[in-house]
Amino acid sequence: MAIVYQKSKGLTDTELHYCPGCNHGIIHKLVAETMEELGIIDKTVGVCPVGCSVFAYNYFACDMQEAAHGRAPAVATAIKRTHPDMPVFTYQGDGDLTSIGAAEIVHAAARGEKFTTIFVNNATYGMTGGQMAPTTLIGQKTTTSPLGRTVEQAGYPIREAEMLATLDGAAYVARVCVTDIPNLNKAKKAIKTAFQRQMDGDGFTFVEVLSTCPTNWGLSPVDALKWLKDNMIPYYPLGVIKDTRAEG
Amino acid sequence: MAKELWKGNEAIAEAAIRAGCTAYFGYPITPQSEIPEYMSLHMPQSGGVFLQTESEVSTINMLYGAGGSGVRVMTTTSSPGFALMQEGMGYLAGAQVPCVICNCMRGGPGLGTIQPAQGDYFEATRGGGNGDYENVVLAPSNMQEAVDMVQEAFDIADQYRNPCLLLIDGLIGQMMEPIEWHEVKHRDLPPKDWATDGRNGRDHHNIINSLYIDPVECNNFNTELQKKFKLMEENECRWEETDCDDAEVVLVAYGTPARISLSAMEALREHGVKAGLFRPKTVWPYPYEALRKISKQDSVKKFLVVEMSEGQMIQDVELAVQGRKPIEFLGHAGGVMPTVEEIAEMAMKGLK
Repeated sequence: MAIVYQKSKGLTDTELHYCPGCNHGIIHKLVAETMEELGIIDKTVGVCPVGCSVFAYNYFACDMQEAAHGRAPAVATAIKRTHPDMPVFTYQGDGDLTSIGAAEIVHAAARGEKFTTIFVNNATYGMTGGQMAPTTLIGQKTTTSPLGRTVEQAGYPIREAEMLATLDGAAYVARVCVTDIPNLNKAKKAIKTAFQRQMDGDGFTFVEVLSTCPTNWGLSPVDALKWLKDNMIPYYPLGVIKDTRAEG
Repeated sequence: MAKELWKGNEAIAEAAIRAGCTAYFGYPITPQSEIPEYMSLHMPQSGGVFLQTESEVSTINMLYGAGGSGVRVMTTTSSPGFALMQEGMGYLAGAQVPCVICNCMRGGPGLGTIQPAQGDYFEATRGGGNGDYENVVLAPSNMQEAVDMVQEAFDIADQYRNPCLLLIDGLIGQMMEPIEWHEVKHRDLPPKDWATDGRNGRDHHNIINSLYIDPVECNNFNTELQKKFKLMEENECRWEETDCDDAEVVLVAYGTPARISLSAMEALREHGVKAGLFRPKTVWPYPYEALRKISKQDSVKKFLVVEMSEGQMIQDVELAVQGRKPIEFLGHAGGVMPTVEEIAEMAMKGLK
């Protein structure tokens, strides 16, 4: 029998802990496949966050560090600066990156640190039970905005990718999702491009992946995908937001 | 080797480079900014990494990243900056990341003053981060000791897989003194086979982490950490006794106040008062046993603790003396230094 599909060597055999319908597993797979295809599992260091993907150090087969909440870009900066030949990535959620870690990600991007950030945005604090995040949409109900987020009370959701793209140190910034095969393929391409640009020394590379949280959104996995498409994509448009190698 | 005149902060920076420190991350803050300034020029020249960070919060996490990937890494800061680093101190201890941190203390609380002080004693010796952890805290009182201790600090950090602190007051950082560069004896250190420096064929991936979600596992990890801290207590405690053998009054001080106290002790002796000086060179582990022994001497009538704070180390003196003898305190905070005269005057009070 021929093997037509198998798990990426970029992942360990540890069973994932994610909820049914959560997109983290798919995004892990894309990062793992990227490392495998680029032949860099043996020399990459990943940095994982505090949040739902806190245990990602058990899942990625490369060397891993578990950072304090929001500090992954500082940790990754130091690893990369002291090991410039090694690919380095951070894997962070929206509470970790846009809220408590806002300073670290902005300065890493501004300095043009040559690592890749995979930013998983599910518009909520998943692990702590679905509280409002800086990325929570206006009107979205969470456990700390039970009547729906209002501008008056909590201001506006942050478009992190667009904000970081304004910084000269950012070489490649994209926003993708993994709701269907065409989008999944685009996401894979963006992640691989980001890693490749890092290894080429272009600068800071950033891929925001819109993701579902069926558990905290209170939706079935299928309905959650639909909710993402109907609500998140209009506010967080998909595409390559910045590419310093693009024509024009 | 000939003596050279160095400014404290610059000598500390140079000592770190000589000790094999290859990465320095830091944020400017008075009175230690000469260290990042020196590092910005000399670290790259010696093939190392210098980076001025966006905050001390970021700095301490950069130590985590670099130290965790096997590099000899250092930062320096002053009191408000050290306060910002406390979150990271817990993570460094929890993930067992070796690194060296120098706190060049200034007056507090809050912004306080940029003048020398010792108000971060509790923060350094009791820990401002969360959880049960300890750091070896070296407390030099002159420049030669500082440059020697900085070099040894990297070995201590690597030996125990733990941060090592150098606690100085701003005066030691700012003043100039002659020093002699000599080879500091290096320890036999274990290989850093735990570092995240790429698998390169290793059959497993290394993980730097302080998370133990299972309570039993977390408890067991703490038990292991305590064994390590016990070893640090047994091996790393140091102190200096001057004329304590026949002393009626024993001055207890570290850092700059120890130097002033030494002058006071000498002045007292000249006036026929039998004074001695007990100087901890590590404030964690604290030399409880040695001080306790002195407290049991019949000659000793009292202790006088001298600090550039409102009284922090005095708690350790109380733990050592256990009520055997009276303990008096002379201290100023906010950058005001105790004088020889006031120390001598207070030391003589109540003695026949």
